[in-house]
Amino acid sequence: MSTSHNSTSHLNSSHLNTAPNFSDADGFYAALTDAHRELDRDQSERLNARLILLLANHIGDSTILQEALQVASELER
Amino acid sequence: MQKTYTNPVYDYRRSPDQDATSTPHHPVIIVGAGPCGLAAALDLALQGIPSVIVDDNNTVSVGSRAICFAKRTLEIMDRYGCGERMLAKGITWQRGKVFFQQEQVYEFDLLPEDHHKIPAFINLQQYYFEEYLVDRVNEFAEIDLRWKTRVTEVATGEDQTSISLTTPDGDYRITCDYLLVADGANSKIRDMLGLESKGQVFQDRFLIADVVMKADFPTERWFWFDPPFNPGQSALLHRQADDVWRIDLQLGWDADPEEEKKEENIRPRLQQMLGDEVEFELEWASVYTFQCRKMDNFIRDRVIFMGDAAHQVSPFGARGANGGVQTVENLAWKVARVLRGEAPPQLLQTYNDERQHGADENIRNSTRSTDFISPKNHISRVFRDETLKLAKNYPFARSLVNSGRLSLPCAYTDSPLITPEQDDFAGPLCPGTVARDAPCQIGTEPGWLLNQLGNRFVLLVDLGMPRADDLKQELQALADLPDLDIIGVCPAGMEQPAAADFPGLLISDSSGVIAERYDLQPGSSYLLRPDQVVAARWRDCSASNVKQALRKALGFELENAA
Ligand SMILES: Cc1cc2nc3c(=O)[nH]c(=O)nc-3n(C[C@H](O)[C@H](O)[C@H](O)COP(=O)(O)OP(=O)(O)OC[C@H]3O[C@@H](n4cnc5c(N)ncnc54)[C@H](O)[C@@H]3O)c2cc1C
Repeated sequence: MSTSHNSTSHLNSSHLNTAPNFSDADGFYAALTDAHRELDRDQSERLNARLILLLANHIGDSTILQEALQVASELER
Repeated sequence: MQKTYTNPVYDYRRSPDQDATSTPHHPVIIVGAGPCGLAAALDLALQGIPSVIVDDNNTVSVGSRAICFAKRTLEIMDRYGCGERMLAKGITWQRGKVFFQQEQVYEFDLLPEDHHKIPAFINLQQYYFEEYLVDRVNEFAEIDLRWKTRVTEVATGEDQTSISLTTPDGDYRITCDYLLVADGANSKIRDMLGLESKGQVFQDRFLIADVVMKADFPTERWFWFDPPFNPGQSALLHRQADDVWRIDLQLGWDADPEEEKKEENIRPRLQQMLGDEVEFELEWASVYTFQCRKMDNFIRDRVIFMGDAAHQVSPFGARGANGGVQTVENLAWKVARVLRGEAPPQLLQTYNDERQHGADENIRNSTRSTDFISPKNHISRVFRDETLKLAKNYPFARSLVNSGRLSLPCAYTDSPLITPEQDDFAGPLCPGTVARDAPCQIGTEPGWLLNQLGNRFVLLVDLGMPRADDLKQELQALADLPDLDIIGVCPAGMEQPAAADFPGLLISDSSGVIAERYDLQPGSSYLLRPDQVVAARWRDCSASNVKQALRKALGFELENAA
């Protein structure tokens, strides 16, 4: 483990990236709402659950996932 | 109902203690001849400490409870001398299927790792497990096993403990230095001392049934989530010895246990589960609720709690007896050394520290499995069900499916008895973890490394040393320590030194697996505790380092230790 702190350490890939990162932000947003358009609340809830599971696995790293859970939970308090 | 097994009946025998004129005293008395009490007596006997076990019954577990015994437990049983019998009787399986609602979502094969004497786990009914322990106990003159003898009172003190016993022909009293309590989940002794085991009761009921199949059925573990024959609940089927199959059916909190236990109610449900054409006989059935809880401190004065009395888990992940036996193994060598005056009494407190950590891990794992199997709220159920749907086509989701995780030994990395890692080693065997098995050769005979370890401290040292004389000097300086044995590992291809020249046992690593698993280089050495836990490891072997680590492992560096 390195003890040196340099200015790029906040870009370290093992932290949640909250800076803009979409290759097509508007396109993603439209696709997300489109996917839900024909669904009732119950179906939407299940689609969201599957999405979270797929994306969480893609990220994989527990530190990033924990940070994401924390940021998401904070807004509810 | 039970046809495949007849419980042995062990005779009550009058003890000479009952006719003694003054109160008899024993170094160790163990309460309860379940898996943990029996294990404790064997472990102590192997380390030269005699004990008395009392049990209020006169047989082994009535009806099957535990069935899944994990590798570490079986390794401990092998050290006690009854592991091979358990392996021979038990069922080893590696394939399984997971079902969700109407369909199978996936199959798995737990491909076992090569070069271990003991498989990852076996299925064996608890009554066999206990019977083999009793048979082994009876081979030791040091163990005095008293059936039909119930503890009715306990008086604790700083120096000794006194207990009152009730038998078919009268009451008597005995005293001891240490009272080891393994009287089960509803420990009366815990109550008598005003102590509590605290935690969580799951608001759920399970029907546990053992059935005998008339025809062949695959040796696989089948787990159903929300199946048509048990809507909204779960079910589990797996095989035990004697063609007996264990079925766990989740019933829900509102089920009436007395109704559910009736054969006329069980049969139709099982028939639906197994298929119309399958003929079976019901051996045994019972309804349980499960809890996860533990005591805040496993020790009160000189009374030490073990097994379910100290910590209890739900059965998912099979950690009750497995965790219990590991607790016992942690305690026995410490009690033995304190009684022999070779370690300060403070050493016993580390039993509590190390095993609270183990109990936390077991409770955490069992709770997680239970929460996956019976989700506690709407959104948990949504995530659970969608995980199962994804699991059909996407392997990643299978890693989230939790119908019980295999019981693995915990690591005591932060224990005050462990010398922290200083040198550069690869691999998972860091100080605080349990030694791993590997094949070895002793003379011309093939053997297993774990069979050479345990019951006393062992220094395992790689002999491929370029400066053999220096190493020899270090080892000579350790040769006279009474509680330490030296085992020299000759790397593959190296010629063994003459046995007469070596102050210990020589083994050959002909397959190279020891070197690989322990990341050995010439001179690398491991200090292993009597419970086969790595206490320290170094890249080179120095007598003063070893002595220092040994002192630490025996508790001499704990606060207030002499
Ligand atoms: C349905 C079910 C399935 C399970 N499956 C598994 C599994 O697959 N794997 C696993 O590892 N664990 C499993 N367990 C848990 C396992 O059965 C227990 O963890 C284990 O039996 C605990 O052993 P013990 O020695 O602590 O206590 P016990 O086995 O309960 O033994 C306590 C003994 O003390 C005696 N006693 C009690 N009071 C007194 C007294 N006052 N005086 C004298 N004697 C007394 C009793 O007669 C008894 O013999 C399961 C449990 C259940 C119920």
